[in-house]
Amino acid sequence: MIRLAASETLIPAPNIEYYELSPILIVFGVGVLAVLVEAFLPRAHRLHAQLALCLTGLVAAFVVVCTLTDEAQENARAVPQKVAAEGAVAIDGMTLFLQGTILLLGVVAVLLLAERRLGGEFAASAATVPGSAAEKETTRLGWVQTEIYPLLMFSIGGMLIFPAANDLLLMFVALEVLSLPLYLLCGLARRRRLLSQEAALKYFLLGAFSSAFFLYGIALLYGYAGSVRLSDINAAVSGSEDNDALLLIGMALLAVGLLFKVGAVPFHAWTPDVYQGAPTPVTAFMAAATKVAAFGALLRVFYVGLGGAKWDWHPMFWGVAMVTMLFGSLVALVQTDVKRMLAYSSIAHAGFILVGLVATNAEGLSATMFYLLAYGFSTIAAFAIISLVRDGSGEATHLSQWAGLGRRSPVVAGMFALLLLAFAGIPLTSGFTAKFAVFSASASAGGTPLIVVGVLSSTVAAFFYIRVIVLMFFSAPVTDGPRVAVPSLTTALAVWIGVAVTVFLGVLPQPVLDLADNASFLIS
Amino acid sequence: MDGNVYIPIAVLAALGFGFAAFSVVTGALTGPKRYNRAKLDAYECGIEPTPQPVGGGRVSVKYYTIAMLFIIFDIEIIFLYPWAVTFDSFGISILVEMALFIVTVFVPLIYVWRRGGLDWDH
Repeated sequence: MIRLAASETLIPAPNIEYYELSPILIVFGVGVLAVLVEAFLPRAHRLHAQLALCLTGLVAAFVVVCTLTDEAQENARAVPQKVAAEGAVAIDGMTLFLQGTILLLGVVAVLLLAERRLGGEFAASAATVPGSAAEKETTRLGWVQTEIYPLLMFSIGGMLIFPAANDLLLMFVALEVLSLPLYLLCGLARRRRLLSQEAALKYFLLGAFSSAFFLYGIALLYGYAGSVRLSDINAAVSGSEDNDALLLIGMALLAVGLLFKVGAVPFHAWTPDVYQGAPTPVTAFMAAATKVAAFGALLRVFYVGLGGAKWDWHPMFWGVAMVTMLFGSLVALVQTDVKRMLAYSSIAHAGFILVGLVATNAEGLSATMFYLLAYGFSTIAAFAIISLVRDGSGEATHLSQWAGLGRRSPVVAGMFALLLLAFAGIPLTSGFTAKFAVFSASASAGGTPLIVVGVLSSTVAAFFYIRVIVLMFFSAPVTDGPRVAVPSLTTALAVWIGVAVTVFLGVLPQPVLDLADNASFLIS
Repeated sequence: MDGNVYIPIAVLAALGFGFAAFSVVTGALTGPKRYNRAKLDAYECGIEPTPQPVGGGRVSVKYYTIAMLFIIFDIEIIFLYPWAVTFDSFGISILVEMALFIVTVFVPLIYVWRRGGLDWDH
């Protein structure tokens, strides 16, 4: 007679710290509710319901993140440190700082997605074939794409887990949760739909490819350490003198997956096409928030999990950072499309942020986090402004069309010029503070060659940023050129928030620098 | 005797083979034989595999919806089996967790239903 062993004793239930995890749970919960809104509310009420739901959820999650930071600092007079969900999620200084950044960028992204006055950036019905009668019909009926809100919330939820994951498997799940909605969002543009769908497909195929690298890296590291937990991997790295082939190959493959997401050379090829093809609000969100999340994960894997193998991965990142800075700056020089130019500029910025990462000290960590915050807000506002410059057929992104824009719309052109100066790293903007922070962290860690390359590429980059400013203010306006459309309140608010943060972090950076300093703490 | 534990498996396997052989043979011997065109087609659910339309043709999105729903509930079942086996050794917390999981998995079904994804002729 066969009997399954019936266990009489109670197995202890896993201990889940719901409070510490609540920012993540709130965002996912709102995502699920948003799906129900799509299912039950009539079309006319969906947009307002989604906006109210998403903004409330993001703000609530942000408040919890602030409270968590505050409480931990009051109780222990130190940074928060807790490993939640049976060790799978690390709630520490970096997690909370980056989660707060992602949530704020998420709020701005929701404001951008909500733009209606310019005719909307999203296809009325994504399922219709471009150019078909069904497409014209749905457009004529004035359908509004509201499924973007649940997709955005799921993506933000994944981004909140990504830098917090203390476990490679959870990190992979978070990577997929943040990526899959983004692939969809990229293909939903209202105009130039084929370009947008092409961008989505490219992003999906290359993203799936890089996920495979990431998974293979996890498998090899598991083979090396016998665990996917970062602390266990670190213990194995520190305590072993064995054959390191599994470790080295696994580490390299993991780096490929993560460097793809941050858009570092040589894994950058998707960036310009996807940034150009995707609807501009989605590009803004991707450029800002995905970078924050992906750099968070990169920091956690290589500082916490592979910190003991620092001398193995250090030269690799050193090289990647140099090539990324130079390549991004040089190729941006010859771009004729504003969105593509900013895409290459984002590649160059990934290189600058990597300079902070390879410093491998607390200063570097804090500088990296500050850079991510500063760059995120500048870039989201810059893309928001691009969505305002329009002619009859939609956004006018060709650089020649921007000539003389400063004479027609001095305020908008002035704000764009300010953001470009921030990208170039001119003093009194957040870009200068951020670049200074990463370079000084790198200097204290002996990264002088990196700084030389960094300053050189900054100079090259400054050239093409300033070229756009000259084009906008000092060249004759083109006849029947684009106009700056008057946006609805939400987009205007998003632009102002981005510009205000850019100026504030340039003029009075100290409070936020202190915040980043206090938060530059990782637990294992 | 340790070998005894394999006897039920062997019996079950024999029963399985026996039933399959019985069904095929009995069906062939006793069933009526009326040939028509459909019986000569390749066995395939739903769509005709040949002849292919020009360019490979477009497959209706309905198939993908059903396939995705199938996968979602397949995954749910994978979690439900081990849960059902060890359910009473965990206490009340696991009941709540599973209820949450099932409700969350149910949301896409509601969405598909409301959007007409279950209505094949739509």
